[in-house]
Amino acid sequence: MHLLELQNLKKNFATQKAVDDISFTIEQGSIFGMLGPNGAGKTTLLRMITGIFYPDSGAILFNGKTFDPQNDFRNIGYMPEERGLYKKMKIGEQAVYLARLKGLSSAEATLKVKEWFIKFEMQSWWNKKVEDLSKGMQQKLQFVTTVLHEPKLIILDEPFSGLDPVNANLIKDEIFGLAKNGSTIIFSTHRMEQVEEICNHIVLINKGKKILDGTVKQVKQDFKENIYRIGASVLPEHLATYIFEVVKHQPDELLIRLTHDSTPNDVLQYFISKGISIQSFNEVLPSLNDIFIKQVEGTATARQFQPIQSS
Amino acid sequence: MSKTGLIISREYFTRVKKKSFLLTTILVPIVIIGFWIAIIAVSIKGGSDETSMAVIDKAGLLSDTSINKNKALKLTFINNETEESFTKKYKTQGYKAFLYIPEFNLDSTRKFVVHSSSSLSMSTSSSLERLLNNAIENKRLIQKGIDPHVFKKISSNVDVDNIIDSEEGGKRGNAKVATAVSFACGILIYMMMIIYGTQVMRGVMEEKTSRIAEVIVSSVKPFQLMLGKIIGIGAVGLTQFAIWTILMIGLSSIIPLFMPAGAMEQVASNPAMAGEAGMMGTLMQGMSSLPIFKIVSLFLFYFLGGYLTYASLFAAIGSVVSEDQQDAQQLVFPVLMPIILGFVIMSNSLSNPHSNMAVFGSLFPLTSPIVMMGRITYDIPFWQLATSMLLLIGCFLFFTWITGKIYRTGILMYGKKPSWKEMMKWAFKRS
Repeated sequence: MHLLELQNLKKNFATQKAVDDISFTIEQGSIFGMLGPNGAGKTTLLRMITGIFYPDSGAILFNGKTFDPQNDFRNIGYMPEERGLYKKMKIGEQAVYLARLKGLSSAEATLKVKEWFIKFEMQSWWNKKVEDLSKGMQQKLQFVTTVLHEPKLIILDEPFSGLDPVNANLIKDEIFGLAKNGSTIIFSTHRMEQVEEICNHIVLINKGKKILDGTVKQVKQDFKENIYRIGASVLPEHLATYIFEVVKHQPDELLIRLTHDSTPNDVLQYFISKGISIQSFNEVLPSLNDIFIKQVEGTATARQFQPIQSS
Repeated sequence: MSKTGLIISREYFTRVKKKSFLLTTILVPIVIIGFWIAIIAVSIKGGSDETSMAVIDKAGLLSDTSINKNKALKLTFINNETEESFTKKYKTQGYKAFLYIPEFNLDSTRKFVVHSSSSLSMSTSSSLERLLNNAIENKRLIQKGIDPHVFKKISSNVDVDNIIDSEEGGKRGNAKVATAVSFACGILIYMMMIIYGTQVMRGVMEEKTSRIAEVIVSSVKPFQLMLGKIIGIGAVGLTQFAIWTILMIGLSSIIPLFMPAGAMEQVASNPAMAGEAGMMGTLMQGMSSLPIFKIVSLFLFYFLGGYLTYASLFAAIGSVVSEDQQDAQQLVFPVLMPIILGFVIMSNSLSNPHSNMAVFGSLFPLTSPIVMMGRITYDIPFWQLATSMLLLIGCFLFFTWITGKIYRTGILMYGKKPSWKEMMKWAFKRS
């Protein structure tokens, strides 16, 4: 079942179309990556999903029903890119307060906060103030406050920025754990290696429009260029053939692109017939980074007349 | 607890629990009362300290010793010295100061010179002036052939006693006390509106710049957040006000215990402080003549009405500016204008409570909280009071509605400060 379905969402600001007719669906329990360059409209889209903005037109279905921010906020946890916490408020109190705003009772909230603090080894922080924490520690706290009330939908905008590898792994494991337990996670970032590692499904947004939508595997297949890496010492005179063209030639490695509908088998046969010993042979799929750059390339790096600094 | 209630309690308790709240709440009345005690103490001390002063009286002005009844001044007459020669000597002879009276024409007043090692105290110089004036007046009376004793019998010194006839019977009123109470109420509302208004603004700015607003508005409506903040801070104001009132009453009743025995009588006997002791009595009498219940309830109503109206404006300002303090300043100015205008009209209406200006000021909702306080001890026609209250409530509702919309958009906008035109557009945009 789709947990979230966006239908032809549009949102205009005074000077531009921030979100221009975007539709997609998100499966329950999936980790969904939302990618896009700075100013693509991601934040606006996320704000509509969290009920902060109302779309100008289009519909959002949450759990099969029309999204109603007043009731569904309980099922959503939102961690904005710009971290937000009261600097002068004690950490324990703050976490409890934010949880109670989500509808938890005081006792329930206190219990949950304590559980999470133990899990993240933050017990000693309870009476500290946020301003006493390092940026990475604030990040951990923010993550805890986002997932504390066990929302069905967790929206994380750049959750790893500012975290050291140890803490990033801690959060990553939590994300996997949450998804396993049935939470759906929307993950917005520009860090493509994280997306490849974590997400099942991605959409790419640019200039307010969706330009890519699919599973990570699918997208990579769609954008592959039939490039293969061959581990072998090949002499230049063996490269004159119609079945492939050379992309890169190094003493013990060769990158080729298949041409004229030839198959990997054709290539292997060709080399074997030439008596060349092959150590390795594998397909090179484009990285999401390459796909991202290719798709976004040619458009201005920043959108003009930006009334909102979104990312 | 409802969400707004949750926000109110957070806003309230984080502020009330702060050390600075406790400090200002307790220190302010202590400082005020301490100041008051200090004034009394200093005046008693100044009065009781005997100043030994040398006098070179070339004109024979003070020769009539009957004039010199002032205990505070111990005068010693020096003969055979000039101003110049004695200036060098008076310190070594144990005088703190010396007064030089040259020969002068009785018909033209002039200045006299007192030499002293350190500057004269206020009470010394005023008793000296009184002494010299008396002496000159006496001389002039004699010159014109009037017996000074006869003149004293003729001259009069009356006080006006005001009896206010209300249903509860006649009460002794006091115009000065009434004015003082009006003024105090007005200035208190003026200060509270500015202090707590700016607190609301700073609170909103804090939420915006620390980006917590975005997290919170994903749980509650922006309007709830704004209202919660305004009400929470208003409650802090009321709490502070209540504590002040209690402390003031408590301390005022304790003060007499701390006074040295007989201090009050001494104050009373000191002509420089003549009013002081009697003032307490007059104050009490004047206070009891005022309709206390009416004043307190109107004060609370106008404090709340004024605070809520302006707090919503301050909240809107806080929501549209980002980090830049200067931007905030620019926007605060037009909001402060009517408050200051209200203060000016209020000061004016103290002496002219029924002038057109005062009536207008107390009806116009942006100035009425302050101006009405200036008229509070006078009889205000019922229709004026009712109109003013209704207008204030209407204004508060309208402003909250409008500013709520500006707030909702502004709180999530970062970067450039929006123009007035943009803000108007947000304010009147249909949701």
